[in-house]
Amino acid sequence: MITVDAVTKNYGAFTAVDDVSFTAKTGRVTGFLGPNGAGKSTTMRVIVGLTRATSGTATVSGRRYVDLPNPGLEVGVLLDASAQHAGRTGREILTLAQQFMGLPRNRVEEMLEVVSLTPNEASRRVRDYSLGMRQRLGIATALIGDPEVLILDEPANGLDPAGIRWMRDLLRGYADRGGTVLLSSHLLHEIEVIADDIVMIGNGRIVSQGTKTDLLHAAGTVVRAEDLTTLQSAFEELGIAATTSGDCLRTDAAPALVGKVALQAGVALTELRVADSAGLEEMFLELTAASQRDGAPA
Amino acid sequence: MTALTAGNLGPQRGAVRPIPLMRVTQVELRKMFDTRSGFWLIASIVITAVLATAGVILFAPNDELTYSTFIAAIRFPMAVILPMIAILAVTGEWTQRSGLTTFTLIPHRHRVIAAKAIASVTVGVVSVLLAFAIGALGNLLGTAVTGTALVWNVTLTECLYYVLGNVLSLLIGFMLGVLIRASAAAIAIYFVYWFVLPTIFGLLAASVTWFRDLQPWVDFQYAQSSLFTFEGAMTGEQWANIAVTGLIWLVVPLAVGLGFVTRAEVK
Repeated sequence: MITVDAVTKNYGAFTAVDDVSFTAKTGRVTGFLGPNGAGKSTTMRVIVGLTRATSGTATVSGRRYVDLPNPGLEVGVLLDASAQHAGRTGREILTLAQQFMGLPRNRVEEMLEVVSLTPNEASRRVRDYSLGMRQRLGIATALIGDPEVLILDEPANGLDPAGIRWMRDLLRGYADRGGTVLLSSHLLHEIEVIADDIVMIGNGRIVSQGTKTDLLHAAGTVVRAEDLTTLQSAFEELGIAATTSGDCLRTDAAPALVGKVALQAGVALTELRVADSAGLEEMFLELTAASQRDGAPA
Repeated sequence: MTALTAGNLGPQRGAVRPIPLMRVTQVELRKMFDTRSGFWLIASIVITAVLATAGVILFAPNDELTYSTFIAAIRFPMAVILPMIAILAVTGEWTQRSGLTTFTLIPHRHRVIAAKAIASVTVGVVSVLLAFAIGALGNLLGTAVTGTALVWNVTLTECLYYVLGNVLSLLIGFMLGVLIRASAAAIAIYFVYWFVLPTIFGLLAASVTWFRDLQPWVDFQYAQSSLFTFEGAMTGEQWANIAVTGLIWLVVPLAVGLGFVTRAEVK
């Protein structure tokens, strides 16, 4: 379990992380979602003690990270897959981690196999690695101590679709066996397919958090109909907020209510569903609008 | 997926023991050799020691073909390469950004720095011992080739001074690595420290009378020179010179650097 309690980090007058509190629970994958520069990485660095928080505390399994006697055995960390000495081979980097943690030597080859780096690739220097290979090596470094907690910053960056699928299965299985996973991403879809809980951050502040199911519900309902105008006026009469975008209508009302309204209005629906990806994305853009570099297209 | 499907994760694991400093030191020592640049830098000690020895045999007058001439010649490349080894051992964590991993695996940064210090001094001492051996071979070979008498004019005490002097040079590099944490800048400043500063002090001593008496208490390199003169046991005052200048130029900046290292953000 990871507990972040009222963490604030200032750089001079700039506040990178502003009073952030959340919990990543055991047995669940917690997705840390936010646009670039929102404060995800800074928060993660505060958790593992690389950055000192201006105020607030962060604990892993109830203890401050720096108080862990052999952190690699309890927390697997991948903050930046490219932050390695370019002149070392992949196998050597993994060996250094194995030796720091005092693990048996055969763990290195085991982990190379787990992350599908061939012996040939492992013998190459990291400067010749693609980003995807570096991510795999970084994940191997995080997993080698068989920790209970994983903290991964943008681990899917540079992975091909098969690699993303592989990582999703790996993290899912890991959480199902009682592990805690905190992973960040600026890509909503990635978080959506993998996370149980979502913490959304924008401009250093938490803008929304909860289980994925709750957040999806909060995203409302999407409905398509042949006569959208009639349907919208029916909603307006009932005082239910509804917005039309393109050929569909979005509302915060539950699908059952939307169905009843349509029936009363005598409008034939062509589609009725809980807003999933699109809804959450809209919420993501909306919630983080203030911190977006590119304004959402009107 | 064999490694990951074995049993549940969680609190059934036995108590985790702290990582011993010895193990951190061993890994840090390994890190000094496991890149091509690191390996060749250390190998260059042997290479330059051989070159310096060959130079003495070729160019030194016959009556100066003594053991002290050989190891004094080897001292020049050592004074450049040993500090660089120590600088790169420290700055690599920042310049190459591997510190992101190192300092998450060993969150107490002063332990990593201590391990690096021990590993660097170990490399330094072993290098000096190698230099002694290479110098001795040079002395044997040189006198045999020129047919001059074999002279071993360095006492054990003087050998120990020589080791200490080289370790001090290495520690200057180490200190700059800790203080500056960037490879190129630290190396550049080392050259200022080692070549420019003593020149300025020398000029100052030559032109300003009152500074002449002060120089041994201010100029670290001047104070250390008694370690390399091979003139028997040093006096208490000479030791005091080394202690005072060492405090100013080595201990204080190292303490400042350690303060930075433990507080600075690792990115």
